[in-house]
Amino acid sequence: MATKKGKQTIVFTAKPVIIGYGTVAGPKEGQGPVGSYFDKIYPDLAMGQKSFELAERQMMLNAIEIALEKASLSRSNVDFFVAGDLLNQIISSGFSALDLGASFLGIYGACSSFCEGLFLAGILVDSGAAQVVIAATSSHNNTAERQYRYPTEYGAQLPPWSQHTVTGAAATAVAVRGTGPRLELATVGKVMDLGIKDPMNMGAAMAPAAADTIFAHMADTGRKPEDYDLIVTGDLGKIGREILVELGQRQGVDLSSNYRDCGELIYSKEQLENAGGSGCACSALVTLGMLFNQNYKRILAVATGALHSPTSYQQGENIPAIAHAISIEF
Amino acid sequence: MKDLLKDPAAYQALANEKKPKPRLAKNLVMAFLVGGGICTLGQLIQNIYITFFNFPPERAGDPTAATVIFISGLLTSLGVFDKIARHAGAGTAVPVTGFANSIVSAALEFKREGFVLGVGSKMFILAGSVIVFGVVTAFVVGLISALL
Repeated sequence: MATKKGKQTIVFTAKPVIIGYGTVAGPKEGQGPVGSYFDKIYPDLAMGQKSFELAERQMMLNAIEIALEKASLSRSNVDFFVAGDLLNQIISSGFSALDLGASFLGIYGACSSFCEGLFLAGILVDSGAAQVVIAATSSHNNTAERQYRYPTEYGAQLPPWSQHTVTGAAATAVAVRGTGPRLELATVGKVMDLGIKDPMNMGAAMAPAAADTIFAHMADTGRKPEDYDLIVTGDLGKIGREILVELGQRQGVDLSSNYRDCGELIYSKEQLENAGGSGCACSALVTLGMLFNQNYKRILAVATGALHSPTSYQQGENIPAIAHAISIEF
Repeated sequence: MKDLLKDPAAYQALANEKKPKPRLAKNLVMAFLVGGGICTLGQLIQNIYITFFNFPPERAGDPTAATVIFISGLLTSLGVFDKIARHAGAGTAVPVTGFANSIVSAALEFKREGFVLGVGSKMFILAGSVIVFGVVTAFVVGLISALL
């Protein structure tokens, strides 16, 4: 049974295991430095579907199938399905759940959904309420663009602090027993708002949330950054990462050596037009694809999400953000 | 040291400091070259209409604009326009090409929601404000010129 440690941290006593995971990506991500780690790469953004929304859903279902296959499970073994994405009413998740046919919990944490889903899956398994939980998330550049910004073919010049929504999906199968990476601790974030209003500058909007969660994690557990082989944030991008390092420095939390950001890792220098990648799939693809295949002993994954909508920022509101941290042992 | 997470003003100052400068010089040069190029092309098209199609010079602007709009729409639907515009910025946005792109891209984007609620309703999602404020400005300027 999971227990609470400090103010915001949960200790998984049974240490739930990620017995399988699937990663599916779009063409740009497939050509990037993490591309060789993905299970499936689509050559184009339409993915043989009538709409990009259908393409995104197909990626999520692919990721679930791959995760189940790797875990040697069938759909009937899944007790709960926890998923979230960026689209209005989280349609990628809901429609995937319809196809999967398992008990479904839809979540919305924007790009923090990967860690939020993994945390909930861990809790469900750790409490004994479930044997197997699938946690999934997805994002698609074209579906996110049209919802948050402009029509995809609109010719807009983006500022150097803007980020590119990652096309991809990832799913994890979490169980009580088995072999694989284990969930050790999780720190659930609080919503932070430091007055950033520019929806193009997500890094600056989300960095305080990442900082707050990391500081809370260190305070609750008594750990230091060097207790982890790697601390990785979801999609702060170049600017957000620089801000977070500075915030850490001021707080006496040294993030200068073993801290990276998935938004920067997912694209190569040549692919990188501006500040990096973003989107639900960004942290999920890099963490599951690349970081799970290094020789790390313990990493802290901190998925970050901006909780605004086009309506809220057009009405002049600030961009609130959240970050959830999960310590994963290998 | 001050806790920046409790001090929005100080945090925003830090965030601004970390923000890279927009590539102003490059953007200006690109906008000038591409924008100038489009206008030169427009002039060429206009001259063709005057020389080969016997349009009177004062009327040749109409088919010229239509042609440039067509080219812009075609490049948008071929998925090329946004790639050019990413570098050209105001160079493609300011001429009639930008206006055409905003309409065609929206029409393409919302086609899947049907002809009425998709294309019909959402086609002017970006261009609508240009039309509204264009008409309002024209009215105000017209009013002033009538009074003077």
